[in-house]
Amino acid sequence: MNAAAVLQLQNVQAFYGHIHALKDISIEVREGEIVTLIGSNGAGKSTTLRCISGLLAPTEGKILLRGQPIHGKKPYEVAALGIGHAPEGRKIFPQLTVEENLAIGAYLESDKTIIARRKREVYELFPRLAERHKQDGGTLSGGEQQMLAIGRALMQDPAILLLDEPTLGLAPVLVELLFETLQTLHKAGKTILLVEQNAWHALQIAQRAYVLQTGIITHQGAAKDLSNNPEIKQAYLGGD
Amino acid sequence: MSDALLELLPSVLLEGLLLGCVYAMIALGYTMVYGVLGLINFAHSEVFMIGAVAGVEVYRYLGPHIGNPYALALTALVVAAGVSGLLAMAIERMAYRPLRARGSTNRLVPLITAIGLSFFLQDFTRLIEGLWHGEFYMNYPANEQMEALHELPLGMAIQNKSILVIGVTIVMMLALDYLVRKTKLGKAIRAVAQDASTASLMGINPDRIIARTFLIGGALGGVAGVLFGLLYSQINPFVGFIPGIKAFTAAVLGGIGNIYGAMLGGLVLGTLETLGGTYLFFMTDGAIGNEYKDIFAFIILVLLLLFRPQGLLGKTQGEKV
Ligand SMILES: Nc1ncnc2c1ncn2[C@@H]1O[C@H](COP(=O)(O)OP(=O)(O)OP(=O)(O)O)[C@@H](O)[C@H]1O
Ligand SMILES: [Mg+2]
Repeated sequence: MNAAAVLQLQNVQAFYGHIHALKDISIEVREGEIVTLIGSNGAGKSTTLRCISGLLAPTEGKILLRGQPIHGKKPYEVAALGIGHAPEGRKIFPQLTVEENLAIGAYLESDKTIIARRKREVYELFPRLAERHKQDGGTLSGGEQQMLAIGRALMQDPAILLLDEPTLGLAPVLVELLFETLQTLHKAGKTILLVEQNAWHALQIAQRAYVLQTGIITHQGAAKDLSNNPEIKQAYLGGD
Repeated sequence: MSDALLELLPSVLLEGLLLGCVYAMIALGYTMVYGVLGLINFAHSEVFMIGAVAGVEVYRYLGPHIGNPYALALTALVVAAGVSGLLAMAIERMAYRPLRARGSTNRLVPLITAIGLSFFLQDFTRLIEGLWHGEFYMNYPANEQMEALHELPLGMAIQNKSILVIGVTIVMMLALDYLVRKTKLGKAIRAVAQDASTASLMGINPDRIIARTFLIGGALGGVAGVLFGLLYSQINPFVGFIPGIKAFTAAVLGGIGNIYGAMLGGLVLGTLETLGGTYLFFMTDGAIGNEYKDIFAFIILVLLLLFRPQGLLGKTQGEKV
């Protein structure tokens, strides 16, 4: 509980035109934590991540990375400061090979030995990607694309990894596999902010959680407590 | 077809190949910009023209000092590549980026901007050349060594300058292929072409990559300008229009956004146009003369759009860069 905060959102608000997508968001992620952000469709989960990585500029509030303000900066500047974002819908470069997709992930790193080491680590984490390293990203299966999206973000060696619904549309076996991988990353000391529809699973592996509803945080706390909260159970865990 | 026409065929093909080299080099600029921005930079024909003019100025001012005609031609190529590359970057900076920054997704506004810029650059060049040299018709001076003929099999003969044109084109194409496939910049260009906003999450500044793309495409256009000058000698501020439109046709023919398509499309169009222009003349007893060769290119474009709208190498999804 006394670990340093890697990422802080303080009273963040954001709009799409006239749509008030984020009304008041305050979130904190500490060193080495998995924090999950859950909520129903349209709650504003992806928008929150988009604000953090600079794809959308918040109109109010602050976003701090290790105490340094990053709100209002461009995505490529924020990436250079240590945000790794595997966006909603995977967003693989379809006509780049697996290897090239990973190389783009390490765009900001110029040391070839460091890049080679990170690539080795990603291939150890996802051996399937190693088998398909010459294949175009667009020809991968959904699950493989998701692995590539996570691998690509890991190539940045970010201070914090933002994952937007990494298990969406995957077969149950693959969902298990991905959650195991996230555990592995957690044990390796990575800091992760995980957006999930699969709330039950997410609460199993996260230390803390935030529940988002139409742009407002309605619940927050230890993941264990939230998964026992009857209200949460009813709304997000399919009741009892 | 008579024997005489058959005998003519190899040299007509060579002629077409040379024209195709010029088209291909210009087409690359259209297709690369289309790849990253999804729009046609119609001012690219003037980037080509300015390259040709820059080359003439090199001949005018350095010609007396550089004895070796190849060294002189290479100097002209390098200067033209630099001038045209920087001009293309300036066009992007002043005409396209401000529209992009305002979040405009309108495709018509940049199109009109580009056409306006084209007119401006033509008249501006005319004004400058007029003030500078008293006239705006320019010539690449003839050089004996460059015009010297080499006998080839099949009754063909090739001039030194033609060998230079083909050589330069091959080198530039290989270099571009290496750059796009193997280098970090090339991968970034392709990533931005496929998904600029996701690329920015990886630390890539799309504006910078777009500027580099204009620089490269512009430099190729400048090289094409000098090659055009070497081949056809006479140029003027309005010389960009026809080759520009043809090269655009070539880029569409090959599959817009695909650099190998632009290379292939340029060569195919140059060859077909020269063949058509020559043989229709003979086959119609001169009723349809060589002056119809421009129409020929557009007939090809229309047929292509009807039967294979994605172009020769284009995927239906439109593979970019
Ligand atoms: N580009 C956009 N333009 C306008 N409105 C948008 C845009 N993107 C999202 N919104 C709106 O903002 C709100 C929050 O969307 P967001 O994508 O953040 O939801 P989410 O929690 O990620 O949902 P899901 O679980 O379906 O991915 C929604 O009401 C959505 O309709
Ligand atoms: Mg979402």
